[in-house]
Amino acid sequence: MKKAMPNPGANRSILIVTYLMVGLFVCMMGYFGYFLQVQKDNVINNSYNSRLDRFSDRIVRGQILSRDGHVLAETREEEGEVRAYPYGSLFAHVVGYSSNGKTGLESLGNFYLLTSHMNLVEQTVNELAGVKNIGDNVITTLDVNLQKAAGEALGDRRGAVVVLEPDTGKILALVSHPGFDPNTLGADWNWLISEENTEAQLLNRGTQGVYPPGSTFKIVTMLEYVREHPDTWQDFTFDCDGVYEQGEYKISCYHGNVHGHQTLEQAFANSCNGAFAALGQEIDLGKMRNLTEQLLFNRDLPLALAYSKSSFKMEEGADLWEILQTSIGQGGTQMTPIHNAMITAAIANGGVLMKPYLIERVESAAGEEIKRFLPEASGNLMTAREAEVLAGLMRQVVTEGTGSAVRTDDYPVAGKTGSAEFETDRETHAWFTGFAPADNPKIVVTVVVEEAGSGGQVAAPVARRVFDTFFGS
Amino acid sequence: MINVMIEVSKYLLILLMAVYTLLNFSYFRFRDEWGQIRVCRKQNAAMFLLHFVAYLILYLKSGEERIVLFYLAQVVFFAAYIGLYQLFYPNLTRILVNNMCMLLCVGWIMLTRLSFEKAVRQFLIVCVAALITWIIPFIIDRIWQLSRIPWVYGLLGLALLIVVWMVGSNSYGAQLSLSMGGFSFQPSEFVKISFVFFVAAVFYHSTDLFSVGVATAVAAAHVLVLVLSRDLGSALLFFVTYLTMLFVATSNWFYLLTGIAGGGAASVLAYQLFAHVRTRVAAWRNPWADIDNRGYQVTQSLFAIGTGGWFGMGLYQGMPYKIPVVEKDFVFAAISEELGGIFALCVLLICVGCFLQFMMVAIRMQAIFYKLIAFGLGIEYLVQVFLTVGGVIKFIPSTGVTLPLVSYGGSSILSTFLVFGVIQGLYILKKNDEEDYEESNA
Repeated sequence: MKKAMPNPGANRSILIVTYLMVGLFVCMMGYFGYFLQVQKDNVINNSYNSRLDRFSDRIVRGQILSRDGHVLAETREEEGEVRAYPYGSLFAHVVGYSSNGKTGLESLGNFYLLTSHMNLVEQTVNELAGVKNIGDNVITTLDVNLQKAAGEALGDRRGAVVVLEPDTGKILALVSHPGFDPNTLGADWNWLISEENTEAQLLNRGTQGVYPPGSTFKIVTMLEYVREHPDTWQDFTFDCDGVYEQGEYKISCYHGNVHGHQTLEQAFANSCNGAFAALGQEIDLGKMRNLTEQLLFNRDLPLALAYSKSSFKMEEGADLWEILQTSIGQGGTQMTPIHNAMITAAIANGGVLMKPYLIERVESAAGEEIKRFLPEASGNLMTAREAEVLAGLMRQVVTEGTGSAVRTDDYPVAGKTGSAEFETDRETHAWFTGFAPADNPKIVVTVVVEEAGSGGQVAAPVARRVFDTFFGS
Repeated sequence: MINVMIEVSKYLLILLMAVYTLLNFSYFRFRDEWGQIRVCRKQNAAMFLLHFVAYLILYLKSGEERIVLFYLAQVVFFAAYIGLYQLFYPNLTRILVNNMCMLLCVGWIMLTRLSFEKAVRQFLIVCVAALITWIIPFIIDRIWQLSRIPWVYGLLGLALLIVVWMVGSNSYGAQLSLSMGGFSFQPSEFVKISFVFFVAAVFYHSTDLFSVGVATAVAAAHVLVLVLSRDLGSALLFFVTYLTMLFVATSNWFYLLTGIAGGGAASVLAYQLFAHVRTRVAAWRNPWADIDNRGYQVTQSLFAIGTGGWFGMGLYQGMPYKIPVVEKDFVFAAISEELGGIFALCVLLICVGCFLQFMMVAIRMQAIFYKLIAFGLGIEYLVQVFLTVGGVIKFIPSTGVTLPLVSYGGSSILSTFLVFGVIQGLYILKKNDEEDYEESNA
């Protein structure tokens, strides 16, 4: 029978392949270890992971606390376990609930709340006695006083208030009206989700409500114009007679106000629609599209809470009417209050957006720190110089223009008002977004009040209450 | 109280498994036979203890007496398999027998916890497979005759795969199995073996350009039919096996590197051409984006592994049944969830240990035909472990192959027993030759 000469190098080749295969396995085992050591906490803390619910058979769900130690949610033993929310509806959306599904912090912190770090001896004794161990506590970034001030200032009007710390991204307050009482959620549930109920109390308007941004969007139009004309943007002037006519279209200023001769700074401060409609025709629509993407329109937000995406629809080749409308924040553009707050926070923080977060740290029931979350930059939304220009312009809104309600000697505010039309013959949504102190920003406040009138008269005073509380005056 | 026992047993099981695994590698330190036998006896002790502790928990938690009977049946099987195998074939490699038993043991523990009926079925299949493959070492001499007929297995295997592709029943989007009279079996599990014999026989006769060309064409045909059947895991398995066997037969780096480049190009082409390939890759890159549907299986698997952590949840404390086909392709996730990440790593190390044994046999065989068979079967074994575990932990896209000896499934069990039987036979053959040689020189 024919037979080939055996290959003398066969054993060496076998060794080479063996090393390669073993190397591949070492890589895979390394990945497995990395997953178990580093990635797993983020992976398993997911509302799709039904395994976590099993933990509650052996662990008493921990507390959710405000940054200064006030209890926002706790489990009480009264004829079985009851989850209690001492502040009622005030924190309803942001703290969320853990029956009927999980939302808000009850969902974000689920894993920590159901993990116990009591000492091992105590845990074993409890196991033997058949007693549940106490889960860890989640300490949030939320501030009870700011939340109260925002909630009271909104009163019984529909809307939302978002309060951020611009240099860290901490969410200090997040209010949405109308609310619901999480203590009686079980009894109210059928009504809350019924079709006859048009109030949408369960919706967190701060993160999930989408509104036309109105004149607060002039920040974006302005940024694009400044970006295209970095040295000459101040040369732009406009003569406003209350109604800007272009071809067959008319753009009116709010309540037909006549602003007269306007520099661009004045037009921004007075929120002159005619000036921005004219400005909008000079900008490059393709670049504008890119800018809005950079500012996270049509994109995912770096946010762990449930949220809606903001949308910007105008594309290259848009018709005149769409350009005129979009430039002043009407048209197809829609955004959430938290998104508006994030853009404002980036302006306040030299162009860098810090990732908004709610959990500051996790502590065991005995008060020992288990985990601490540090601020994390999400990226640059604009250059530091652009942020500085916008901050200066927003300061003038308060000192010279529509933001007079937040004009005070106690602390300098910078901001932008907006009155967004959403349906003819109905009141506009009132917007305000701003920060203070203007020269060294510590706090960002964004307010939207639905169907309530002008931003300067309705939304800015709500922000004023929050600023006053923060600065203690 | 039972919770405390489960908690304590968790660490005990990990400890026993770690001891067993360490012994597995310390075995290589011993050159003398008695040292090796001592290591193997310690391994047996660790395994029986682990087996006992796990079934004690299974019994206490479920309270079912049939579990005690089932446990005793398994003890009898292990004792008989380890004892009788040694009695009939004194020159066998004990450590490979031990490793087979340990992997079977882990599989049965997990299966009993998941589904008692399936565990019993698996047990019966193992008994039959063990009986059938008993004679392989005895008839291994006859395999020499098998080197004469490469085209028989080459074409037979290919024909079988084509039949599956045409009329096979569909499971999870792939044509894998044939059903006959209530039994369903997966031909690709057996074609894997005939394929290795085919390649070994061809290269035993000649490694000239013509032979390489023809063998490559037949191998490519196997791979192509598997891709068309959407059995991507097996396709990759055949590809890697062929390429490395070609490399060992020729030591030609040009073949190896061109093969890798060609495989890369073919993967890109398959990605462009077939939607089902793109789906798999998308579900791997970001399973969270489609968590309700295509990403469901792997995300549930990651939840299981992550929630279990290094030390596991303990038997019956997790929810492995949330993972689709957990007892087959995703059994590794169930092990990791309830018995812990350390335990799962030990399972992997045992698999690597088996592979190293295969490679040692390959190196020690003189005839290139035997060498290539031992090598090819070893590569197939390890690549399969890599594909299943890599898919389960999202290291690579999931390809839907089983973990040999651990996963539920008759075809997989029988073909793995065949593979281990052949390796065992080659080892014994070599050992007998050496002894004959020593005796004739004495």
